[in-house]
Amino acid sequence: MAEVLVYVDHVDGAVRKPTLELLTLARRVGEPVAVALGNGAADTAATLAEHGAVKVLTADAPEFAEYLVVPKVDALQAAYEAVSPAAVLVPSSAEGKEIAARLAVRIGSGIITDAVDIEAGADGPVATQSVFAAAFTTKSRVSKGTPVITVKPNSAPVEAAPAAGAVEALSVTFGDAAKGTKIVSRTPRESSGRPELTEAAIVVSGGRGVNGAENFHVIEELADSLGAAVGASRAAVDAGWYPHSNQVGQTGKSVSPQLYVANGISGAIQHRAGMQTSKTIVAVNKDPEAPIFDLVDYGVVGDLFQVVPQLTEEVKARKG
Amino acid sequence: MSLRIVVCVKYVPDATGDRHFAEDLTTDRDAVDGLLSELDEYAVEQALQIADAADDAEITVLTVGPEDAKDALRKALSMGADKGVHVEDDDLHGTDVVGTSLVLAKAVEHVGYDLVLCGMASTDGTMGVLPAILAERLGVPQVTLLSEVAVADGTVTGRRDGDAASEQLQAQLPAVVSVTDQSGEARYPSFKGIMAAKKKPVESLDLSDLGIDADEVGLGGAWTKVEDAAKRPERTAGTIVKDEGEGGKQLAEFLVSQKFI
Ligand SMILES: Cc1cc2nc3c(=O)[nH]c(=O)nc-3n(C[C@H](O)[C@H](O)[C@H](O)COP(=O)(O)OP(=O)(O)OC[C@H]3O[C@@H](n4cnc5c(N)ncnc54)[C@H](O)[C@@H]3O)c2cc1C
Ligand SMILES: Cc1cc2nc3c(=O)[nH]c(=O)nc-3n(C[C@H](O)[C@H](O)[C@H](O)COP(=O)(O)OP(=O)(O)OC[C@H]3O[C@@H](n4cnc5c(N)ncnc54)[C@H](O)[C@@H]3O)c2cc1C
Repeated sequence: MAEVLVYVDHVDGAVRKPTLELLTLARRVGEPVAVALGNGAADTAATLAEHGAVKVLTADAPEFAEYLVVPKVDALQAAYEAVSPAAVLVPSSAEGKEIAARLAVRIGSGIITDAVDIEAGADGPVATQSVFAAAFTTKSRVSKGTPVITVKPNSAPVEAAPAAGAVEALSVTFGDAAKGTKIVSRTPRESSGRPELTEAAIVVSGGRGVNGAENFHVIEELADSLGAAVGASRAAVDAGWYPHSNQVGQTGKSVSPQLYVANGISGAIQHRAGMQTSKTIVAVNKDPEAPIFDLVDYGVVGDLFQVVPQLTEEVKARKG
Repeated sequence: MSLRIVVCVKYVPDATGDRHFAEDLTTDRDAVDGLLSELDEYAVEQALQIADAADDAEITVLTVGPEDAKDALRKALSMGADKGVHVEDDDLHGTDVVGTSLVLAKAVEHVGYDLVLCGMASTDGTMGVLPAILAERLGVPQVTLLSEVAVADGTVTGRRDGDAASEQLQAQLPAVVSVTDQSGEARYPSFKGIMAAKKKPVESLDLSDLGIDADEVGLGGAWTKVEDAAKRPERTAGTIVKDEGEGGKQLAEFLVSQKFI
């Protein structure tokens, strides 16, 4: 069976969930061979093996942390040349997309970004994309070279599928461009202790209706009662009420949780672009005409400062 | 020596319109009015600020697109850019990102550059990868997705807010830079700017001017193929209740019924 390269997104050896979802999709197309780079790369192997990786190619070098993107492209290209895969799958993070795109041009292949599903097809993998702010669903295929496809988080279930996961060292030679952009310093983002926004099963968001940073605790308390991540509209972020890293929408994160709860958010097209593929959508908004109500499975027309705390209390009571 | 800045701007269908696909499964550009991709206004703004801080600079705005894409150039010129370059050719219809990046790379080299500035993503294709590919093709550093940028003494520095960390980046010019919508509000064109833009030069180029074969681009030359495009089924109308004091409880009931609680 043909091999499929899967680029591993991990933090010091802890594999992030979207990579495990990629393994599920990769198994539909061939035998997954994972590529893990940087600090802790070898520590990823056990988890990757449990989810179907037949092999784990690892490389660590200071360049991965000291220079932007290109060293990782060099490494992924080395893996591509070593394996001659049927496809290359990469998580759709900002960095993942850039790595995938540069690789595609180098190896003379087409690229599809932000797929939400992949199936095997007669002429190679077929990728589903959700486009024009999720108003359309397209099916596309790479028609030249080895398909390079990036996949959004929450696009496939994580499945246990034990495989060998044999670790092999990947030998990487860095090209001239690798040291082009120096990472002078890095400030890790502070963890909120809540689930990662793009990976969460439930997202609770607040918009301009929250009316102040000092009120966002109302949103956070509901999120915590549900074990959810907290999101915000751009209006709330631009007003300085909540960090940009929590923004949902076209210029923020794109989320596709099981449940999305929009509070005091009108539902502008750019916000919808980031949440419209959520499975279930509910909203609280005092304006019955708000466009967000066109999307909802359940909506409450009312003041969020009445409705949301009452909901939080109910959730807590029922969860005991 | 003058700092040569090239800003890549895309002409896109208005996102608030009812965007569609044409019969050949390319973007239907007749259905909805086009405009300068709003996210590229941030790139124009940063170019203007970098030019202001430099002793001497010239800003060229560059677009690859149909005839109407001139409107995007005019808007950027009215914000303050110095001249425009429009690559237009019937054979470009349906070009994918690989082809578009090839055309942009050749055009940027044709103009001559020290700094190429791009937006974070277009508002139609939304791939967010073109600047990275452009850097790959030009063989210059990629300094992308910056929420803060500065250029001094032949060096570009900036802050990239990533998923896990915020990084301070540095590279030598020439380089390709992209900026996010966090980089600073874009200015509105002044009346004077709009009048002045009418007199600013716009160079038109076609594929042969850039030495590109028609079969390297367009729908036929694309390395990706859209096989199907379907309107997403309308979401079935949900239940909407008015809060009469029990709204939170009713919502909780719904969440229980859906097994979220
Ligand atoms: C290029 C571009 C990119 C963009 N990217 C994004 C993006 O990534 N994400 C994003 O969100 N936006 C984005 N926007 C902005 C977007 O167009 C909207 O302006 C924004 O989403 C509005 O945020 P909002 O819904 O919170 O505010 P508003 O539209 O002002 O809506 C506030 C809502 O709160 C309701 N409300 C007020 N008080 C209460 C209360 N007490 N109880 C209940 N309801 C109440 C009101 O009825 C109203 O519906 C982008 C715009 C552009 C041009
Ligand atoms: C819904 C949709 C989905 C698509 N999916 C794919 C796909 O999966 N694979 C693929 O190969 N192609 C795809 N395309 C085609 C692709 O969008 C175009 O080829 C496009 O020119 C480059 O991609 P982008 O607009 O997404 O650019 P992005 O990478 O999002 O653009 C980033 C920046 O590059 C600059 N830029 C982009 N295009 C131009 C231009 N024409 N002129 C000047 N500057 C520009 C701007 O500064 C812009 O801010 C898709 C198009 C659409 C409409």
